[in-house]
Amino acid sequence: MFKKIFLAPLFKGNPITVLTLGICSALAVTVKLEPAMVMAASVTLVTGFASLIMSILRNTIPNRIRIIVQLVVIAALVIVVDQVLKAYAYDASKQLSIFVGLIITNCLIMGRIEAYALGNKPIPSLIDGLANGLGFGIVLTVVAFVRELIGSGTLFDIPVIPHSWYVANGGFYENNGLFILPPMALIVIGLVIWVQRSISKELIEKQ
Amino acid sequence: MNTNSNTYTFIYASVLVVLVAAVLAFVAGSLKTKQQSNIDTEKRLHILQSAHLATEAAKASNKNDYVASQFEQYITRSYVVDYRGEITDGNAFDIEMKQQYELLKHKLKQELRLPVFECTLDDGTLLYVVPCYGLGLWGPIWGYVALKDDCNTIYGVVFDHKGETPGLGSQIATEKYARQFVGKQIFDKDKFVSVSVVKGGARPNDLHAVDAISGGTITSNALQDLLFMSLEAYVPFFEIKTKQ
Repeated sequence: MFKKIFLAPLFKGNPITVLTLGICSALAVTVKLEPAMVMAASVTLVTGFASLIMSILRNTIPNRIRIIVQLVVIAALVIVVDQVLKAYAYDASKQLSIFVGLIITNCLIMGRIEAYALGNKPIPSLIDGLANGLGFGIVLTVVAFVRELIGSGTLFDIPVIPHSWYVANGGFYENNGLFILPPMALIVIGLVIWVQRSISKELIEKQ
Repeated sequence: MNTNSNTYTFIYASVLVVLVAAVLAFVAGSLKTKQQSNIDTEKRLHILQSAHLATEAAKASNKNDYVASQFEQYITRSYVVDYRGEITDGNAFDIEMKQQYELLKHKLKQELRLPVFECTLDDGTLLYVVPCYGLGLWGPIWGYVALKDDCNTIYGVVFDHKGETPGLGSQIATEKYARQFVGKQIFDKDKFVSVSVVKGGARPNDLHAVDAISGGTITSNALQDLLFMSLEAYVPFFEIKTKQ
């Protein structure tokens, strides 16, 4: 059963491509692979532990302040992540700047708490949270891979396009600056969704 | 138990908030020294980079140690000067440029405390590294300017920003952009002119101008203001040094 909870969000119930949750940060931090992966790891930890804590507390929470309690727990976790990044991954935290704080507003986290953690036991909730974070991370990594490769000609800041290919060095190739801008992230995500739906046809809505 | 009663709700919220506050205070407190050392390292690295030093920082296995040892080796002297350019007491490294910027903006010159870092290169060349600070489009921008010992010719610069537009204004932080400033002069004969940032491109051979960033007009203008305002405060110091 745990296996099913874990595997579903990675592909057939992917938070970005199927549930369309958490798109905002997917657009913002996918210019380069490294910050995208730091972001993915941060979101995974926050969704996992937010789901775990909310699931433990689920029977004690006064219903009227349910959303506020969720926000407090999520915000606290995000601040912890932000502080840890500032201490141990300073460069990455500078690149992510405000987007770490904006994990709080990532619909994915509250979406999973409301849809799953509040009605299920702690361990399945933790797995569900982590798996959704990973599903989010996979899409982020794919999009960042495409954008960094085409937009900057590098992967993890290491140049992968041969130097002599560039127009400046007498070649024929030029980096596509459009891929650095947010609109291309949306288009790349669109392409990812297209590919996913042509692989598993059951995701396509009936006319 | 009735989890929907008013009393329960109030107590629940209060306990939760106090608990969370305690956890966060503990986390922030225990990570503070580590974070501060990262900030200090970055400051040292910027000062060194303005003099084209510490080029291996990205590859160093322990960045903090590497930068600290390079700083120790090349920054031979640092001191604080006042608005007349005379050395006063104070630790140059601890001066907050944001406060100095506020003082400059409100024309409270008497209270200025301006840090100067003297950098001696391997061949014995003496450089004066001075900080600059200003406001960009979205937040603060700052940097360091390394001047040759004539207090006029720029040896190198480094700029950084809090959150300028990625791909546009944020380009001021790139090495490519900083390279434009090398060899520019901040004095035209005896008059302080700073370095202008020219939209549409500076004329070739113009000693007092560099290209602006297309699409980053406000950041470019801010950079020009920042250079003028920050360097102007040091003019008395530069004059004293050149007369010596």
